[in-house]
Amino acid sequence: MNAGRALEAPSWGRFPRQRAARLEALQWRHEPLPASAPLLPRGCGSSYGDSCLNEGGTLLDTTRLDRLVAFDRERGVVRCEAGVTFEQLLDVIVPAGWFLPVSPGTRRVTVGGAIANDVHGKNHHRAGTFGAHVRALELVRSDGSRLVCTPGSNVERFAATVGGLGLTGLVSWAEFGLKRIARAELHVETRRFHGIDEFLALSAESAGRFEHTVAWVDTTARGRHFARGLFMGANHAEEPGPLMARSRGRRLAIPFDFPAFALSRLSVRAFNVLHFSTARVGPARAHLQPFFYPLDAIGQWNRMYGRRGFVQHQCVVPMAPARAATGALLDAISASGEASFLSVLKVFGERPSPGLMSFPRPGVTLALDFPMRGARTLALLERLDAIVMEAGGAIYPAKDARMSRDTFRRSFPRLEEFARHIDPAFSSSFWRRVHG
Amino acid sequence: MAEPPRVLVIGATSAIAQAVARIYAARGSRLYLVARDASKLEAVRADLAARGAAQADAIVADLARIERHGQIVDDAATALAGIDVALIAHGVLPEQARAQSSFAEAQRALEVNFTSPASLAHEIANRFETRGRGTLAVIGSVAGDRGRQSNYVYGAAKGGLAIFLQGLRHRLHRSGVKILTVKPGFVDTPMTAGFPKGPLWASPERVARGIVAAIDRGTSGEIYVPGFWRAIMALIRALPERVFVKTKL
Repeated sequence: MNAGRALEAPSWGRFPRQRAARLEALQWRHEPLPASAPLLPRGCGSSYGDSCLNEGGTLLDTTRLDRLVAFDRERGVVRCEAGVTFEQLLDVIVPAGWFLPVSPGTRRVTVGGAIANDVHGKNHHRAGTFGAHVRALELVRSDGSRLVCTPGSNVERFAATVGGLGLTGLVSWAEFGLKRIARAELHVETRRFHGIDEFLALSAESAGRFEHTVAWVDTTARGRHFARGLFMGANHAEEPGPLMARSRGRRLAIPFDFPAFALSRLSVRAFNVLHFSTARVGPARAHLQPFFYPLDAIGQWNRMYGRRGFVQHQCVVPMAPARAATGALLDAISASGEASFLSVLKVFGERPSPGLMSFPRPGVTLALDFPMRGARTLALLERLDAIVMEAGGAIYPAKDARMSRDTFRRSFPRLEEFARHIDPAFSSSFWRRVHG
Repeated sequence: MAEPPRVLVIGATSAIAQAVARIYAARGSRLYLVARDASKLEAVRADLAARGAAQADAIVADLARIERHGQIVDDAATALAGIDVALIAHGVLPEQARAQSSFAEAQRALEVNFTSPASLAHEIANRFETRGRGTLAVIGSVAGDRGRQSNYVYGAAKGGLAIFLQGLRHRLHRSGVKILTVKPGFVDTPMTAGFPKGPLWASPERVARGIVAAIDRGTSGEIYVPGFWRAIMALIRALPERVFVKTKL
């Protein structure tokens, strides 16, 4: 494909900025891989940090591998090429009465990316990760071999590839099960909570009642408002009804980079106060789209963070130390003077993730994002890492641009077992940084 | 909507043809697909079947062999129980430098991009004429609007094809048959993989939406997709020769 801008294609966080030497657009799933190592498959580039970057190497653009292979409309099973996005998939499956088994907070991900990062969603406490629903995938290796991996055959390669950050070879196609829906709508219930204890109590009580749960937490509130937030639980509506993949409503787009001061601690605080106090609590109905993908309605929302980009931080800590650790994380943010705009809390369930390198595990997960302000932002993230490590937790590679090798190693105890499955011609900026 | 149209797609593995066929598949159309490469064709066929096509037949054919064209169209008409829409989308972009140093190369490009689609258009249009209906859409190019030093062999084929279709349209004006000449501008497809892309470039999906919208409207004529190319090409055609020859276009 063309030189220039595409080679500088950044990750969603737009930090760090790196250049690949080549971008190869893959066109057909049966064709051989290009020879120009190091290779890294790349779908939508929605990973936030450098796990979808390959500085000086070759990015394999998979977005033209966007064909379905089969769709069983009775049993709800799809087999498709790895570059099919969730957005494209929803346009086909929702009208047929199906939904994704697991979905992250954006439709801007490919099936290959969802597998490589073993993504999770608001139903993790019931459904586990996306990888838990993958029935088969084809892995293309740089030696020309093609291997169909399933949870029952080529088990080790399967476990290495799910959550394997695109390093075990190219996933050319995958097959997974879908979730039956009667209409494209959910019953949503929103409640306010004050403090981590209330959040944990709500989570425990809601796990049985709601298929989807998620909470927004105000990281700028102090004193008696500390760790206040909004807890949302939702179930798919059961009465048969319309099955439109997209809700009506205007699509906005951020047309330019906001100036650096736009997301200051003050503005985030003001937004949070407003959001907390004006939120509509109680039961409501919502279309799939605004519930699962609120930010997809704002094109290029990453530009709100200005030219310097932003960094995400998502961790998980085991249940036992969760209360203390989550409090310590929020304290550290508060003390730093930094403000996280979109802060999300969720309790992960017990269903095991199938990947050797899957991030989700039982406990509490907290996702944060900070405008990138250089050394002081990075210093805060180091403090957060230390709290997470102390609690025996893990940091999510798909959102990371800066964790240390030690933090990475401690987050993924099966790292060395995984490393044996990496294709010798595959690598990424992330991998060279944390393992190399 | 009435019964979804039964569609014959020739050159079905091209990016634009795939995008057009997906729109019809989503409507539940019956599709008959023709292309040269069996593996690619099967990937496209399976995709369209999974997306909801009521029928997706595929046959492998070397479209350079024009003596087979009549049979291909007859087979398609039998399989679909009649053709409502036919799209001719095959073609190659020759390397201009090779085509100007070897006329054999130029001749090959003229055969693939003019003789073969003109022959298919002929076979399809004559059958449509007998039935008194049908829409034939053929992928031309803005390159056929004016001879340019950088691309005149491809341009000659596409320009010749546009004239051929113009004549067909004239001939069939009273027959109820619609002939649509589609002139895409720059489209981001495997055929143009080597080119630097700018704001004038469109995705195959956008071009496909333009084509299907024109077919739905019942257009018989020439369309530019995206539409702004009509203005650009009007300007390029209007440049006096003495000015034009000094440009690098």
